Amino acid sequence: MNTVASLIMTAQPPQQAAEPTAARVDVKAMPKILGRLTRLALRYPIWSGAAVSCALGAAVFNLITPRLLGQAVDQAHHLLVDGQFNPAATHAALLTTALLIVGTCAVRGTLTGLQGFLGEAIAQRVGYDLRLAFFQKLQHMSFSFHDTNHSGDLIARGMLDLEGVRGFLETGVLRVITLVLLLGVGSWQVLRADLQLGLLSLSFVPFVIWRATQMGALLRVTWNRLQEMLSNLTLDMEENLQGSRVVRAFASRSFELAKFDRIAQAALELSNRRIVIRMGAMSVMNLAYYSAMALVLFFGGRRVADGSLTVGMLTEFLTFMSILQQPVRQVGMVVNSSARATSSGRRLFEILDAQPEIADVPGAKNLVIDQGVLRLENVAFSYPGSTRNALTDINIEVSAGRTLGIVGAPGSGKSTLAGLIPRFYDVTAGRITIDGQDIRRVTLQSLRRSVSLVQQEIFLFDTSIHNNVAYTDPWAQEERVIEATSIAQLHEHIATLPKGYSTRVGERGVSLSGGQRQRMSIARGLVSQPDIIILDDSTAAIDAATEQRVRAALRDAVNHMATIIIAHRLSALKDADEIVFLEGGRIVERGNHQHLIGAGGRYAALWALQNRTDGYLGTAGHPLEEAQVS
Amino acid sequence: MISSGGGGGGGGGGGFADRSMRNAVDQGEEIFTRFDSRIVQRLWGFFGPHRLYFVAALSAVLLFTAVQVAIPYTVRYSIDASVGTSTIALTTVLSVFGGLIVLYAIMQFVQEWLSSCLAQRVIFDLRRAMFAHLQDVSLSLLDQTQVGRLMARLQGDVGSLQEFLENSVSAIGDLFLLIGIIVVLLGMDLKLGLLTLSVLPLLVLARALWIPWAKVKFRRARESSSSVNAALAENISGIRTVQENRREAFNFERYTGLVQENLEAQIGSSQASQIMVPAVDILTGAALAIVVVVGGEAVLGGTLGVGVMVAYIFYVQRFFDPIRTLSMQYTMMQRAAASGHRIFEVLDLPITIADRPDPVEITQATPGIEFRNVTFGYRPDQPVLHALNFAVKPHQTVALVGPTGSGKTSITALIHRFYEAWEGEVRVGGHDVRDISLESLGQTVGLVLQEPFLFSGSIYDNIRYGVTGADKADVIAAAVAVRAHDFIMQFPDGYDTQLGQRGRNLSIGQRQLLSFARALLAKPKILILDEATANIDSFTEQAIQQALKVLLNGRTCLVIAHRLATIRDADLIIVLERGRIVEQGNHDELLKRRGLYSRLHSSSHDSFDDIAAPLAAYAA
Ligand SMILES: Nc1ncnc2c1ncn2[C@@H]1O[C@H](COP(=O)(O)OP(=O)(O)OP(=O)(O)O)[C@@H](O)[C@H]1O
Ligand SMILES: Nc1ncnc2c1ncn2[C@@H]1O[C@H](COP(=O)(O)OP(=O)(O)OP(=O)(O)O)[C@@H](O)[C@H]1O
Ligand SMILES: [Mg+2]
Ligand SMILES: [Mg+2]
Repeated sequence: MNTVASLIMTAQPPQQAAEPTAARVDVKAMPKILGRLTRLALRYPIWSGAAVSCALGAAVFNLITPRLLGQAVDQAHHLLVDGQFNPAATHAALLTTALLIVGTCAVRGTLTGLQGFLGEAIAQRVGYDLRLAFFQKLQHMSFSFHDTNHSGDLIARGMLDLEGVRGFLETGVLRVITLVLLLGVGSWQVLRADLQLGLLSLSFVPFVIWRATQMGALLRVTWNRLQEMLSNLTLDMEENLQGSRVVRAFASRSFELAKFDRIAQAALELSNRRIVIRMGAMSVMNLAYYSAMALVLFFGGRRVADGSLTVGMLTEFLTFMSILQQPVRQVGMVVNSSARATSSGRRLFEILDAQPEIADVPGAKNLVIDQGVLRLENVAFSYPGSTRNALTDINIEVSAGRTLGIVGAPGSGKSTLAGLIPRFYDVTAGRITIDGQDIRRVTLQSLRRSVSLVQQEIFLFDTSIHNNVAYTDPWAQEERVIEATSIAQLHEHIATLPKGYSTRVGERGVSLSGGQRQRMSIARGLVSQPDIIILDDSTAAIDAATEQRVRAALRDAVNHMATIIIAHRLSALKDADEIVFLEGGRIVERGNHQHLIGAGGRYAALWALQNRTDGYLGTAGHPLEEAQVS
Repeated sequence: MISSGGGGGGGGGGGFADRSMRNAVDQGEEIFTRFDSRIVQRLWGFFGPHRLYFVAALSAVLLFTAVQVAIPYTVRYSIDASVGTSTIALTTVLSVFGGLIVLYAIMQFVQEWLSSCLAQRVIFDLRRAMFAHLQDVSLSLLDQTQVGRLMARLQGDVGSLQEFLENSVSAIGDLFLLIGIIVVLLGMDLKLGLLTLSVLPLLVLARALWIPWAKVKFRRARESSSSVNAALAENISGIRTVQENRREAFNFERYTGLVQENLEAQIGSSQASQIMVPAVDILTGAALAIVVVVGGEAVLGGTLGVGVMVAYIFYVQRFFDPIRTLSMQYTMMQRAAASGHRIFEVLDLPITIADRPDPVEITQATPGIEFRNVTFGYRPDQPVLHALNFAVKPHQTVALVGPTGSGKTSITALIHRFYEAWEGEVRVGGHDVRDISLESLGQTVGLVLQEPFLFSGSIYDNIRYGVTGADKADVIAAAVAVRAHDFIMQFPDGYDTQLGQRGRNLSIGQRQLLSFARALLAKPKILILDEATANIDSFTEQAIQQALKVLLNGRTCLVIAHRLATIRDADLIIVLERGRIVEQGNHDELLKRRGLYSRLHSSSHDSFDDIAAPLAAYAA
């Protein structure tokens, strides 16, 4: 599968995924994207060959029918080739023609059906490849990619755009081929039969091509804008539902509806415009087609009247034209579907061509843990697209069995620091090592197996408690899961639930309390028995008594791990071997509790504030200033 | 012809977090139970407001069909004119033909345009009705499903119904065309007409055999595509957790299984839809053969004009076109029926929390809160709050504390009437919340949720979410009060900084500050803070409290916090345990009682080396 995935992804030089989705039409984009799509289908050469052969066969047999029907009319009209009229022979001839017609239709029908089936089968196979490639790509794109791409938009690409592309392969490509074949073979046939009538019956073709091209360009602009609008609509509805508590808390129903109306109305108008463009072009094309038929009728009729043409021949031309009518009607669909496939394909390839910023370097080795010493050396980091450094000049060391505490105001860079260790982001300067191995040189798999980060923002899947806790290791023994939930002080609560570990937790864990969610997430981080565990503000929603029990249990269970605790409540950090105080992305104070209290700086002030007996409002001044003055 | 994006659509949930190989597709679908089966009738209700459009579209379709039927008829006369068996001159016939084709082009445009407009409008109304309905559905229902599942209905299902509706007017046209052609065929020559049409029963039989078989395949395709989409959506939403837990390979393998199953199902369904193509074609051939033999004989015998025979050939070919498109429409119809079902299921979700007729408005300047014997729970027979009694008097600041899961957040949800109490009364400003209009309740009670949720958009728009008319100065004042102004100004774009999904480009504490500012800006008469400062350092917290003291002067306030320093100044502290009030009083009183509060209090000071005693006491 991997080779297929890589084929899909490397068919084109990489582009940046976050490219703005402008409504501008790039003339070269259409053939490029459609060409690339077609090449995807050609990866199934046998199937594609068979499909095209069937299309060819169907077209040929389709073109035989006019001849047979014309012949039948002539037979009925006493105009046998040899000029003689013999009722018995004519009967026989009519019968033969009739049988031939049934036969031709049967073959044509079978081939058409086969062609349709093969077309769909190929499109489904390409869809299969694309689905897997898309999924795999998203799984490997780094956090910074997912920071800038809205999940709703990615889902829309993986569902709607993938369908748009598949739809084109399913019907568009083969229809184009059928159209070209019918036109090609048919023109040759009719031009050979009668140059004048042939030219007349084909006279509408250039006009249709011209209009169709124009329509394609217009439709593409509209499709781009429409897709953007629909994507806005999706995001709007999705966020409204995700934030349903906020929407209700502010009683913003009418505001939300007005916003919905505005976007939906815009989408509706674009949608209508798309139809006007399509139908306007289509009706003009049909007019051209019927005008050509009128010409055939006029000139052909006159020639039948003066005897230079048989009725059968005229019928043949007319039937030929009526066969062409189907493809002419489909031109609209084909152009529409290729316009859609172009804009969908672009959106899809944008993702498939994006390169993950964080991946294993060639020859990456597995992380080998010996002493379990984590070291950050002169680390600096800034988020992509941001000019400010989120972290500057960070030097830290933690080893197995020891604990590092991190404190700091919101936005001081604590979570950012935590995210660098499992390599969710790469440092901009400096380096991070574990037992001397630069984490950029080891495999992600082994790194993330050793480092467990319990994120500050909790995400739980809407499945059972067991499945959530055992997410890291789906085959984890029951005992390990229970051990983890016991450390997180959750086991007792789960035991009281009627369904125990099979209780469903709801989307993002809505049916749990804030503290229960947080403890689930701690338990999940423990199941894999990591060497380094980072708890990012993981006890903020837990009462102090429970927190103490969690910490006590953790201390017993994890004394072989290196632990990093980020917290605002200092009692959680007091016993850490070292505590660093972050401010604006820099370490401004460090040392153990005693040392920091003695130093009388920010940490000491914070400690005093949290432990004063008279409450926050008792004094007017800022405690930090007070502390620093004293 | 199956486009799998339609029917199932996407959803979240159940996909990969599951260890068993069974895919839990149905998780989160249980809420959709009430449903009455009159889809068509109810859909028709949505056409009502656009009756004019509908009539116009239908007339256009009829006219268009008539023109379509008439065109081959003129071909007949022009042939007859050419061979000299007709009295009407070729030029006359052709000028009629010319008129008809112009009419054809015009009517084609008009009918498609009208019918698409109609379909779009109906769909717009339908989607809006669903969206509006979802704004009123209570959280107790929404909690049980996933946003992805609702989105699948709002997008995927609405989409496939739209596809169907856009095509259904032309399907009506096709039906008329069939009837028109039958009439003309029989009218031109009864015997030949009857013979030609004798293939129809065969077609009907073939379809009758085909339908039950195809239905199964189509359903399988729909279902498999919806589970593929659900799995994709789930993986994308939880991508950070996936990477953090190194589940990439496992999930990929699981997904491959689903996609493989989908591939097979889709191929099966395309088999089912393509098998009808040869059948229809063979019958076309048979009908043509009948025309050739029977019609040819009649022409030979002089009982039929050659023009009629040519016209027959035309009609028979046209005749099977609508049949072909109608059978393509069948799959679309199947899908649309399933989608319609799912759409009306959403519209039928019961609304349990709504204004009673003639609700009261809260007019007091500072309303209080009172719980009278309130019992409440989320799941039947599992009460979370037990016969709770307490009051927050106007102007008071009351704190709720208690171990996690003791029911604090549930209390705030009841005050805002997110859920309905099982027993007892929740009163705000002297009225039962069930008597107060939701609008008024929303304006009176400001809530800072435990889990901050921000919308994507600018910081400015997020803060003024509750008061859309607020001007910049008010927004800045609110941001200053919660100490968010400084960090906002550090961004190059200041208040116009665009936030990512859920405020992703901010730290959690920063998100919490914004959600706090948002509540303050609305100047609620009652402010409820549910762990509003849990992720914020004590310095900032203290500064906020000092600002609030001025801002909230004279307001009623309910504060929940685990950090006891946050609530020391409250007028009353209520200590909850397992949904019951175990003690209440102010900080000093409670400390003296040496109960749960004092144990919680000492835990937040002691380190874990000296907790053995309080821990044992707590466990006892
Ligand atoms: N939507 C829900 N569906 C089912 N059960 C729920 C739901 N919300 C909460 N619960 C359960 O109700 C109980 C009380 O939850 P609540 O959120 O009120 O606790 P809390 O006191 O706010 O806790 P915390 O301090 O952890 O936030 C918990 O046991 C929780 O599992
Ligand atoms: N994904 C991101 N993209 C861009 N900027 C970010 C991103 N995440 C955080 N930031 C910015 O980086 C800075 C540090 O954020 P970080 O999350 O590390 O703070 P923190 O110390 O964890 O704060 P808190 O106590 O609130 O959790 C903040 O100013 C924040 O706005
Ligand atoms: Mg953080
Ligand atoms: Mg809570």
